[in-house]
Amino acid sequence: MTPRPGDAVPDFTLPDTDGAPVALAGDGAATVVVFTCNHCPYALAWHHRIQDVGRDYAGKNVRLLQICSNDRDRYPRDAPEEMRARVQAGEFAGPYLHDDSQEVARAYGATVTPDVFVLDRDLRLAYRGAPDADHRDESLAAGWLRDALDAVLAGEPVARPETEPVGCSIKWRP
Amino acid sequence: MTIELLYWEGCPSHPQALAELRAALADLGRPGAPIAMTRVETEDDAARLGFVGSPSIRVDGEEAVPPPPGEPTGLTCRVYRLADGRYSPTPDPALLRAGLERLIGAGRAREAR
Repeated sequence: MTPRPGDAVPDFTLPDTDGAPVALAGDGAATVVVFTCNHCPYALAWHHRIQDVGRDYAGKNVRLLQICSNDRDRYPRDAPEEMRARVQAGEFAGPYLHDDSQEVARAYGATVTPDVFVLDRDLRLAYRGAPDADHRDESLAAGWLRDALDAVLAGEPVARPETEPVGCSIKWRP
Repeated sequence: MTIELLYWEGCPSHPQALAELRAALADLGRPGAPIAMTRVETEDDAARLGFVGSPSIRVDGEEAVPPPPGEPTGLTCRVYRLADGRYSPTPDPALLRAGLERLIGAGRAREAR
């Protein structure tokens, strides 16, 4: 069942681009999980804003886990070697994980790239949706994501716990 | 002259592309020009049409904003670059307008011959 705000989210362990397993569970004060990919213009348009959040909040013990779940056979730009190339180019402010079975995307009810989930210290969902209101407007700086993190870190309820994620559909295997 | 917007329903950018195409055509003195909407539904259709992603805008079969050489066809969202280098799911409005102007001018010249 797709988690709703307040729900505990499904646990996972996925390989990063070097094949090392990365677990959701950790000692973060908050965790950001973003379903993203390499080929989608929406994911690319928001990408730097999301990485900026990862860097800006790293010192506040916030983890940023980004996951590619797309069917790599039909969308070869989302293949692991393409993911690795982007990581090696320094494009990611955190692990970039490969959900080859697509089970994690299904468990979270992720629908598009990017689809953002903010989790509190207890791995309960605090925010799900888009990074901000407009992929075209860099000045928005992933404000919805930042607002959610600020509330979680302050131990306060998130004022806007859900927004409509906007982007390319996740490419499910046939 | 045929102005065509090819799109795939799996990508949400075509309404914005249509609005920006209409605006560009109005800028070029062709408000209300007919736009043929072509929905691409299968990989076979994409290959047959040379469709490299949604949205694609053509005038008499030529791309208003040509894709990079060798771009593969397929059911996907098309990645555009804005004039400032940022990624976008729709063409840069100025580049779209310039492409339309060039192709519409070429079409007029053909019709005049």
